[in-house]
Amino acid sequence: MNLNGARTIDIVNQGLRRRYRAERRFRFYGIAAIVFSLAFLFFLFLSIISKGYTAFRQTVIQLDVFFDPNLVDTGNPATDNYPALVRGALQRQFPEVQSRSERRQLAALLSSGAGFLLRDLVREDPDLMGQTLPVWLPADDDVDMFFKNPSNRDAPQSGRRLGDRQIEWLDRLAEDGRIRSQFNKTFFTSGDSREPELAGIWGAVCGSFFTLLVTLMLSFPIGVAAAIYLEEFAPKNRWTDLIEVNINNLAAVPSIVFGLLGLAVFLNFFGLPRSAPIVGGLVLTLMTLPTIIIAGRAALKSVPPSIREAALGIGASKMQMVFHHVLPLAMPGMLTGAIIGMAQALGETAPLLMIGMVAFIVDIPQGLSDPSTVLPVQIYLWADSPERGFVEKTSAAIMVLLAFLISMNALAVVLRKKFERRW
Amino acid sequence: MSTKGLFIILLALSAAAYWLGLRRSQTVARRAGAAGGLHSRPAYYGLLTALWCGIPALIVSGVWLTVQSGIITHLVVAHLPEEIRSLPADRLSLVVNDIRNLVSGNILSGQADPVIEAAAAHYRDLKATSRAALSVLALLLAMGSALIVLRAISPRLRARNQVENVIKTILILCSTIAVFTTIGIVLSVLYEAIRFFKAIPVTEFLFGLEWSPQMAIRADQVGSSGTFGAVPVFLGTALISAIAMVVAVPIGLMSAIYLSEYAGKRFRAAAKPLMEILAGIPTVVYGFFAALMVAPLIRESGAFLGLAISSESALAAGVVMGIMIIPFVSSLSDDVINAVPQSLRDGAYAIGATRSETIRQVILPAALPGIVGGILLAVSRAIGETMIVVMAAGLSANLTLNPFKTVTTVTVQIVTLLVGDQEFDSPKTMAAFALGLILFLATLCLNVIALHVVRRYREQYE
Repeated sequence: MNLNGARTIDIVNQGLRRRYRAERRFRFYGIAAIVFSLAFLFFLFLSIISKGYTAFRQTVIQLDVFFDPNLVDTGNPATDNYPALVRGALQRQFPEVQSRSERRQLAALLSSGAGFLLRDLVREDPDLMGQTLPVWLPADDDVDMFFKNPSNRDAPQSGRRLGDRQIEWLDRLAEDGRIRSQFNKTFFTSGDSREPELAGIWGAVCGSFFTLLVTLMLSFPIGVAAAIYLEEFAPKNRWTDLIEVNINNLAAVPSIVFGLLGLAVFLNFFGLPRSAPIVGGLVLTLMTLPTIIIAGRAALKSVPPSIREAALGIGASKMQMVFHHVLPLAMPGMLTGAIIGMAQALGETAPLLMIGMVAFIVDIPQGLSDPSTVLPVQIYLWADSPERGFVEKTSAAIMVLLAFLISMNALAVVLRKKFERRW
Repeated sequence: MSTKGLFIILLALSAAAYWLGLRRSQTVARRAGAAGGLHSRPAYYGLLTALWCGIPALIVSGVWLTVQSGIITHLVVAHLPEEIRSLPADRLSLVVNDIRNLVSGNILSGQADPVIEAAAAHYRDLKATSRAALSVLALLLAMGSALIVLRAISPRLRARNQVENVIKTILILCSTIAVFTTIGIVLSVLYEAIRFFKAIPVTEFLFGLEWSPQMAIRADQVGSSGTFGAVPVFLGTALISAIAMVVAVPIGLMSAIYLSEYAGKRFRAAAKPLMEILAGIPTVVYGFFAALMVAPLIRESGAFLGLAISSESALAAGVVMGIMIIPFVSSLSDDVINAVPQSLRDGAYAIGATRSETIRQVILPAALPGIVGGILLAVSRAIGETMIVVMAAGLSANLTLNPFKTVTTVTVQIVTLLVGDQEFDSPKTMAAFALGLILFLATLCLNVIALHVVRRYREQYE
């Protein structure tokens, strides 16, 4: 009993209630934090997929093309006028369109790359000359966007990219069954383009492949060798301390600083070609080395000393012990480290901007010194493009990049699971 | 012979040398009989021959190829007519460039005149001679050294020890690459930065309040001369990093606490890898997401509340960057929280503390140094992060602490100054290297402090 008449037990109970409330609040904050992160992750994936999945389909328009031998002569590319074939086909489809401006509007329905498609057809089969054939041609990105997003129709004319006449023509084509949507093969087989409907990621995928190839060929052997030396042979002295501090620091140096290094050393000093996978690979090698060395050392450390002692005991030299016994056992761990390092390198953009991999490159790179771009840089370039059609292309390219990353990480997890060994 | 061809031939020669060494050691062993016996396994004799065949020739070719272009250029320039040689240095380098372009078949800057064409022919001749000389030298060296080793093979030759020494040297060289990388970074950034500071005083760069690096490219062009006061850039970086940390630290810390103290095994096993996906998403994806979805969202909600938020706001970039850093903070804090010994928790529970009280009053104080170290690492990551800010933060260097305004950061400025057409002796491009130097130094300091704190703390419970 205290002076206020409240019993001690009540005070304690009150305090307990308050404390339990605090406990529940605290717990709620924890859950909220996790839910927030996961919700963001979900939202990110959802918005990218919902924006990007349409890029895998493409609107095509069917036209009856007359392969006029007067306009195209398979022997002489200089005088060939394939766009004229497209214009002629449109003219025949809509004979009533006469004025210049209307004809231009009509031609704008089709991709400017339609002529190249006809050229490829003729190259494949020269017998087409003189015949009239129905051909599916890619629509312009404005038309593509119009069909992918039906609400465009109701917008006022000033708010949409297509004029009323153009929509009327499209409706007539659709009534004739001359418009359909098909799998967008161009996206996976062609290089970059200024026209969204012609732009593809294959050039960037090849560039990424060559860049990663250089990175893997250099960083894996060097990283493994460095890990072996530091873990198995290095004496404990100032020099090895310095190396270790350096490796730890390099792992945390901002990636763009590596880009500056690449620009100053590889491009300006050694005079290697700009925009080339070989330079990109060198820069990424320096960046991923710390990751691979750290993972490699952890893998070597996990091999029990008894293996080493047994090898030494039967008369192996230290080098033989490492290369014949320890290294094979540590290899799976090193491989997982290398895959994770490669995945990081695959997603890296900033240092590659510094060495000129942002150039607009249409050709598919064929080798290590061809100018090229890589997937993340392609995403960056497309994200900056003003055309509406590039938004879905960017999202689709992101989906492809994430698919690569997820499969690489999954591979690392599977490898780790498969080779994990408890000693 | 092309470089690739030479390389392939050297490889083939080394393979042949391996085989020869192997065979020779076996014959030697047979001749010596059981009494003699080889010092090492026959394969080591083969390896030794192969290494001696390949490595000297490769080193010579490498050195030759790096210095060749400089020497040839020098010789060609020495042969140019007097009036070209007496041109100022920058015009001369243009001429040299033209000659090189002509040699490699690229587009010229102007019409090729006969002098240049003669020089190019001379260049081509010298290059061919140099190639041929190198091929002969490298092949002779490879075969000669292999022959010497072959002749030296005897039962007493300590082939294994020698091979192991070579391998060990290679291992050491590989491990020093990290040091060379650091030296390379420092030198490449420092060299340009010093040139920049010769043109623009350090004090103006560090304390100037006006950042406008646009310079006229030619002297006779109309245009601003550019001002290089980097305070707005530093302030923008600090603002965005601060926003990122405000998002990342509480969320990352709370999720680490929940995952390590409250969550069941199965929940933890599911949630942790999911959160780590956030760390694996490329930053360019975050940048796209920030610019295209988060920034409009923030602008519209701001408009709804009657706030004027620009479409490229520090807030959008900072929030998305913070989310990118969450898994970084959470996994580091998770490590330190798990390292706190169970006895401390048990002690707190024993005197009647609830779980949250134990966490707040026992575990967090005990783990604090480690957590602070982790946060410092996260800050250095936020400062150096590039793609998100390049895509979402904007370019104008505003001297403001208002998160609704557009600001610019060090990394954004480096990218915008160095991407695109540039000449290498303008303060504009060198300014990027000066910014790079500051960035490198700032993150280096943070990292060193953080690593020190983390390491020191970890030893406490061991």
